Amino acid sequence: MMKNWWKFLAVILLTYVTLFSLLTPLVPGGLAVNINEIKKGENNIDFTGYNTHFNTDQANLRCFISVGQQWIEGKVTTIESDAKFQFSVNLPDTLPSTQVAFYAYTPTDGAIYVSSAVGFSDIVINSNTKLPDLKNKVSNEEHKRWGFPFQPILFETIRNLMFHVPMWFTMFFLMGISLVASFKVLSGKWEQDVIAVSSAKVGLVFCVLGLITGSIWARFTWGTWWTRDPQLNGAMIVFIVYAAYVLLRNSIEDENKRARLSAVFNVFAFILMILLLMVMPRMVDTSLHPGKSGNPAFSKYDLDSSLRAVFYPAVIGWAMLGYWIYTIQKKLETLKQASHVE
Amino acid sequence: MLNRIFFTLVFIASAQLALSQSVLEETFYQSGKINVVIAVILVILLGLFFYLFRLNKKIDQLKK
Repeated sequence: MMKNWWKFLAVILLTYVTLFSLLTPLVPGGLAVNINEIKKGENNIDFTGYNTHFNTDQANLRCFISVGQQWIEGKVTTIESDAKFQFSVNLPDTLPSTQVAFYAYTPTDGAIYVSSAVGFSDIVINSNTKLPDLKNKVSNEEHKRWGFPFQPILFETIRNLMFHVPMWFTMFFLMGISLVASFKVLSGKWEQDVIAVSSAKVGLVFCVLGLITGSIWARFTWGTWWTRDPQLNGAMIVFIVYAAYVLLRNSIEDENKRARLSAVFNVFAFILMILLLMVMPRMVDTSLHPGKSGNPAFSKYDLDSSLRAVFYPAVIGWAMLGYWIYTIQKKLETLKQASHVE
Repeated sequence: MLNRIFFTLVFIASAQLALSQSVLEETFYQSGKINVVIAVILVILLGLFFYLFRLNKKIDQLKK
C-alpha cells in the first residue's frame, strides 16, 4: 500500500487539475465593439463583453475611449444584458493618436477593453492635442479577480494549457528515462533494454495525444488543423523517429544485438528531439507557437498565478500517470522477453 | 469482421463530418470555445483508455 503512494498522489493531482482547470472562471474581458470608423461628434457603439456584469452593476457602469494615453468618457444609453450595452461618445475634431481602445468599467469587473483597429472620418490626428481631464478617474488595481486570464481568440481554450502542454512534458520525461536506460545498455547492462523500449513506447502514446490535441486546439484558434510551423513539423518528425525506433527493433532477431543497436538509435533520437522541439523553433522566427521564436508563452499573462497553480500540478500529475503506464508496459515487455527465451 | 465494422464507422463518421461542417463550426465556436476543451479532454481520456485496454489484453494473452 505505502509502496504505491505516488500513484495515489498522481490520482489526487490529476483530480485537482481536472476540477480546477474546468471550474476556474475566466476573468471578465471585452469581446467586440460594432464600430470600424469613428467620426467627429456623436458615435454610437455596441460593446460586447464576456463574463461581465453590465446589467447587475448597471448603476456603476462607465465607459471610455482611450486615445493614446488620454481618455474620453462616454454615456451609457441602453443596457441589453450582462454581456452587452450601448454607449454614445462625443469626439472632438482633433485626437492625439490613432491608437484607440474601448473601455467598460464596473466595480465588479474592473476595467475591460476591446482594442480594435478603427478608421477615422473627418478627425485630424495631432499628437500635441490635449484632451480635457477626466472628472472621476477609475483605477483597475483593486479589481483583480481570481480566474484564468481572458485572452482574445483563445477565450476558454486557455484551459487546454493544462491538458495539451503536459502531454509533451510527459513525453520528454519518458524519453529521458529511455535515454538513461539506453546509456546503461551501451555500458554493458543490456537487460536495461526493457526499460528503454517500454518508456519510449509510452512516450510515443503521449506524443500522439499531444499532436492530436494540439491539432484540435490549432483548428479553433489559428483556423487550421496543421500548418507549416517549425514546432509542429518538429513534433511530427520526433513522432516518426520514435515510431521508427519501436518498429525497427522488431527486425533484429538477436536480443543482445537489438538492445545495443536500438540504444544507439535512441540516443540520436533524443538529441534530435531536443534539437527539433527546444532549440530549432526558438532560432527561426516563423513560429506561431506560444513560447517559441519570441512569441510569449503563458507565463507573461499569469501574473496573478492562477494558471501556474493548476499548470505545475498538471505537469507533475501527468508525468506520474505516464510513469505509471510505463510500469505496466514494462511488465508486458518483460513477459514478452521471458516467453521468447522459453 | 471487426475491420469491416471499423471502416464502415469511419466512413459514416467522415461523411457526417463533411455534411455537418457548419454545424461543427458552430458548436466549437459558441460559448467561448469551451467545447474545444471538452474535445481535447475526451481525446486524451479515450486515447489513454484505448491504450490501457490493449495493454491489459496483451498481458493477459501472454500470461496464458
